[in-house]
Amino acid sequence: MAVETIPVELAAADDAPRREAPSTGRGRRIRLAVLFLGAFVFLFPFYYMLIGSLQADPDPGLAGALPNPGNLTLDNYTQINDQLSLGRALLNSGVFTGAVILGTVVFGLLAGYALAVLSFRGKGMVFASLLLVQVVPFQLLTIPLYVLIVRDYGLADSYLGMILPFAINSTAVFVFRQFFLQLPRELFDAARIDGASELKILLRIAVPLSKPALLTAVLLTFIGPWNEFLWPFLVTKEQDIQPLAVSLANYISTVSGRASNPFGAILAGACVLAAPAVALFVVFQRRFVQSNLGSGVKG
Amino acid sequence: MSATLAKRALGRHPLGIGFVAPYVLFLAALFAYPLGYAVWMSVHDFFFAAPGAIVERPFVGLDNFSAVLSDDRVQRSFLNIGIFLVINVPLTVVLSLVLATALNAAIPWRGFLRGSFYVPYVTASVAVVGVWLFLFNRTGLVNQILGPLAPEPSWLVSEWLAMPTIALYVSWKQLGFFVLLYLAALQNVQKELYEAAAVDGASRFRAFMNVTVPGVRPATTLVVVLAIITGANLFTEPYLLTGGGGPDGASASPVLAMYQHGIEQGEPDFAAALGVILVAMVLVLSLASRKFLERD
Repeated sequence: MAVETIPVELAAADDAPRREAPSTGRGRRIRLAVLFLGAFVFLFPFYYMLIGSLQADPDPGLAGALPNPGNLTLDNYTQINDQLSLGRALLNSGVFTGAVILGTVVFGLLAGYALAVLSFRGKGMVFASLLLVQVVPFQLLTIPLYVLIVRDYGLADSYLGMILPFAINSTAVFVFRQFFLQLPRELFDAARIDGASELKILLRIAVPLSKPALLTAVLLTFIGPWNEFLWPFLVTKEQDIQPLAVSLANYISTVSGRASNPFGAILAGACVLAAPAVALFVVFQRRFVQSNLGSGVKG
Repeated sequence: MSATLAKRALGRHPLGIGFVAPYVLFLAALFAYPLGYAVWMSVHDFFFAAPGAIVERPFVGLDNFSAVLSDDRVQRSFLNIGIFLVINVPLTVVLSLVLATALNAAIPWRGFLRGSFYVPYVTASVAVVGVWLFLFNRTGLVNQILGPLAPEPSWLVSEWLAMPTIALYVSWKQLGFFVLLYLAALQNVQKELYEAAAVDGASRFRAFMNVTVPGVRPATTLVVVLAIITGANLFTEPYLLTGGGGPDGASASPVLAMYQHGIEQGEPDFAAALGVILVAMVLVLSLASRKFLERD
């Protein structure tokens, strides 16, 4: 599954030591011009999303890209709220995402710790399956999972049906393992001699020592279910239980024609859906990129 | 059973089995079993039946596969992935490598710049699709800026431009991740090689082509493999951006076809066979590109 494979590699991106020779005046100017042009291209759609969500009349022209006090309104937010009940949709997204994070932290930490620190029968096979999961696209599983979960087990329109296939993020398990592998062995041996149980070692030693890295893995786990569309879309037909990504997508593809300013309403919904992920990323950005996870993935 | 015997049978830390048990159970129930089920479904006549009803599901050999391969819309969706890759891969490799190289120095605003490349990647595609619809529709900002150069029919409803627009969208959305990937890879390029190139009087551009590009080749392989996986997984974009793979299937993806056949039209066996073919193609293409890119 692409979304799951990608974050593993992200872990390799540490805060780059500035190895290249200092640039000369002209090179530096070109460099900055390229970067700021790039940043503009990346950020402009988000700015436009916000501006568009506040327009009373959609203004697709050049002037529409600038805030126009005469054309500002919060009506679009009211409109999308009437259509989707944003509170309910956000709650559904939160339950889905929270449960996946909980499952990943509880069971993923246990598995990651065992794979890194303990030696037991079948360890090699578990690790091999963990790697295999990363290369088989999730989409192959959607049809059989749909048949099993929706048709056979009758879990359509339930949180459980939505959560199950995502309950433990394999990428996070892999990342947890890599962190724990980097901790010195002597630490664990010393704790064992002192009579600490494995669970205690995990909770009192391994986890506190790799906190920033664990935070990264949790953030990556958050992005998955919060942004996921296809699976919850297949499982839920009732709007009451749909996460925001699904209800907004349904709004885009079917009912947007009914609104007086469909783009305004769509963009208002888009802002609400994007805000939590962007905010979390901005708040934790520094720690996100600074935690040096490189050595675990590079080799 | 004595302690030593238990250790021999279960390993030095039998507790480890308990620790991985929930995860193993998860993999078995929600990964291995459905995977096997998909393959089984693809060689049987499988249809949706009422829960609990006992129905016959006769073995049909490769019938589903030949139905998939002779389906016009499925063929078109595979062609579309080809178009997607031809645009997405070079665009991603060139732009992310250029941006990563530019970022890889002591420059002001470094954190802000790097962060801004990453924002589209962390945002839900459903949300960003909304703003792209606004930007790229017939009267949207992009066409307003282009004026008389605006394509007719417009981007998302043109038979020729719909798939390239999706490829452009996906390249834009994921570029930040690849910038980080290349940034990490650049740290492994030996600084001495740049010095040697400078001593030989190589220009900045030549040093980039002869030192940087070969130096980050493993990362490039990864970009290509991940692009293939992304292409094979495309669903949200053709579903929303071009209104269900329009116009007339010109931007449909295999997963969209899987959804339409398997769930909308109730032919899960057809969809399962399509999934098996898709995964086989992903594996073959990934291995081939690895071989091709990592040859000496």
